Amino acid sequence: MDEGRSVFGRLAQRTLQTCVRGIVQAIVAVAGVPLFIASLISLLSLAAGIGILLAPKSLLAVRGLARGQRRWAREWSRVSIAAPYRPRPVELTNGLIGRLQRCKWLLTDPATWRDLLWLLVNLPAGVVLGLLPAFLVVAGTWTLVADGGTLLFGWWNTAPPGFWGQVFFLSMLPLGVLLGPRLLKAHAQAAASLLAPTREAMAAQVGQLAESRSQAVDASAAELRRIERDLHDGAQARLVSLGMNIGFAEQVLRDNPDLALSLLAEARTSSGQALVELRTLVRGIHPPVLAERGLDGAVRALALSLPLPVDLHIDLAGRASAPVESALYFAIAEALANVIKHSGANRAWVQLEYDSGRLVAIVGDNGTGGAAPGPGGGLRGVERRLAAFDGVIAVTSPVGGPTLVTMELPCELSLART
Amino acid sequence: MRVVLGEDLTLLRDGLIRLLTAYDMDVVAAVDNGPGLLRALVTHRPDVAVVDVRLPPSFTDEGLKAAIEARAQVPGLPVLVLSQHVEPLYARELLSSGRGGLGYLLKDRVSDVRRFIEAVRTVAGGGTAMDPDVISQLLARHARDEVLGRLTPREREVLALMAEGCTNAGIATRLVVTEKAVNKHISNIFTKLGLYPADDGNRRVLAVLTYLNA
Repeated sequence: MDEGRSVFGRLAQRTLQTCVRGIVQAIVAVAGVPLFIASLISLLSLAAGIGILLAPKSLLAVRGLARGQRRWAREWSRVSIAAPYRPRPVELTNGLIGRLQRCKWLLTDPATWRDLLWLLVNLPAGVVLGLLPAFLVVAGTWTLVADGGTLLFGWWNTAPPGFWGQVFFLSMLPLGVLLGPRLLKAHAQAAASLLAPTREAMAAQVGQLAESRSQAVDASAAELRRIERDLHDGAQARLVSLGMNIGFAEQVLRDNPDLALSLLAEARTSSGQALVELRTLVRGIHPPVLAERGLDGAVRALALSLPLPVDLHIDLAGRASAPVESALYFAIAEALANVIKHSGANRAWVQLEYDSGRLVAIVGDNGTGGAAPGPGGGLRGVERRLAAFDGVIAVTSPVGGPTLVTMELPCELSLART
Repeated sequence: MRVVLGEDLTLLRDGLIRLLTAYDMDVVAAVDNGPGLLRALVTHRPDVAVVDVRLPPSFTDEGLKAAIEARAQVPGLPVLVLSQHVEPLYARELLSSGRGGLGYLLKDRVSDVRRFIEAVRTVAGGGTAMDPDVISQLLARHARDEVLGRLTPREREVLALMAEGCTNAGIATRLVVTEKAVNKHISNIFTKLGLYPADDGNRRVLAVLTYLNA
């Protein structure tokens, strides 16, 4: 009997949960109306100019609500709805131009308009589908405990509902229990029809992925070529020269010991240099400290090796995957190399942290600013490399400084290995 | 003996100059790029050229191209090509002129100074000096070849050493057999490959290699 009660208890709990969630959906649906009106007004006020300030705010609020709907759909009804938005342009500034860019970014994204349409559609959908489970359960329960069918519906039908009427109202309880989750799911599916990416958006995303992939392939091919070249002209050549010197020394040892000695000394130098070159190369492929200590340690080691003081603010609770660590490490290294080469700064800083699914690195300096990443420059390479992981890089460098290079990579952290 | 050297890495260029000079060779020109090498080869017409495959400006097979072009302009110009890695494909391109005076060695071979100098002299004398790596790759590829399949394993060993540039006496020493036995193997090889024996050993090697590359 205990088991039976616990099944009953679970059913009751689930039903209650469904009812509450439905009511929340209904409230949100109603709350969407003022938001819709506010958005409409801010869009109309674009003509007056003031909308440039208001529209992004209201539209982003709409996005926030849509994001909530997506999350509920996933958590409550297991309907997963991907976010369809276009990526935020990276070079957003705070001035008027930045605001215009922000407006353009929001207004040209079809997902913005579909979100608004959803607010409209959600008013009937959310209210009806949201309140129906609670209504069914309450009406059924009331009938069960207090002949409430009569009380509840007496106001429009003075005649008592008779036997079949009672059965009808009573049947609402099991109906509510059984159908409640389905009604919520129907609402989630309705949300998916407008809040999920359209086919065109998916196609665009696929195109973007293909492009970033081919860029990543290009970048890695260039990288391999560099490694081959470094080996060919460096360590390999040193080893050949080493062999040549030793062989030559072997030949002249008896007749000309002095020459043999100097050849051997040269060979020793050559072997040392070959090792140095191999080490440098290895560091350029995957720094050993990065493998051993992760991004945190590698950036600290990098900072120590630089000829100017670098302040570090590193807050990472775990380690990202090796390719992500490597990409971000070389991005930071490139940014710091630029600080040394171009900025004229006497101080730099690196901020590295993980925040809501994104690894964010900011490299700043107190130099002269005015940095403009040119085509073919190192930062373009970094951009390509980060793009392979859906990462972005933004450079702000007003004349007079300071220069800030911000890099963001979406990723997951595994627990710190200690 | 007058030598033109084509090598872009200073370290190796200087080392080679010192080595060749110590063995009484006269390095008349040492250049570090493809176009310069071609000019030097055509103007100096050296007794032998020692050439790195990869040269500036393109850092591709510029040295090889210059050598092939120079041999087209000066037929039979002896060229010893050095490289960090050997490709049968490049060997075939070098051999396609059908003339002797060709060598293609890994740079590693320089450390065996005596044999390296020997190879330079063999090439200068119109012979061939193919790297054992090239030979083994070529032989492996042709192992299932119908005609080569008729050779005994021993005959194939002899063929490989011939291609490396060994004299009959050298082959005898390497295989620890009498020179007479080597001569017999060689004549068998030629019979089986349908080649007429000639007096010049290096020509025969070249003929064999040309056959291998056909």
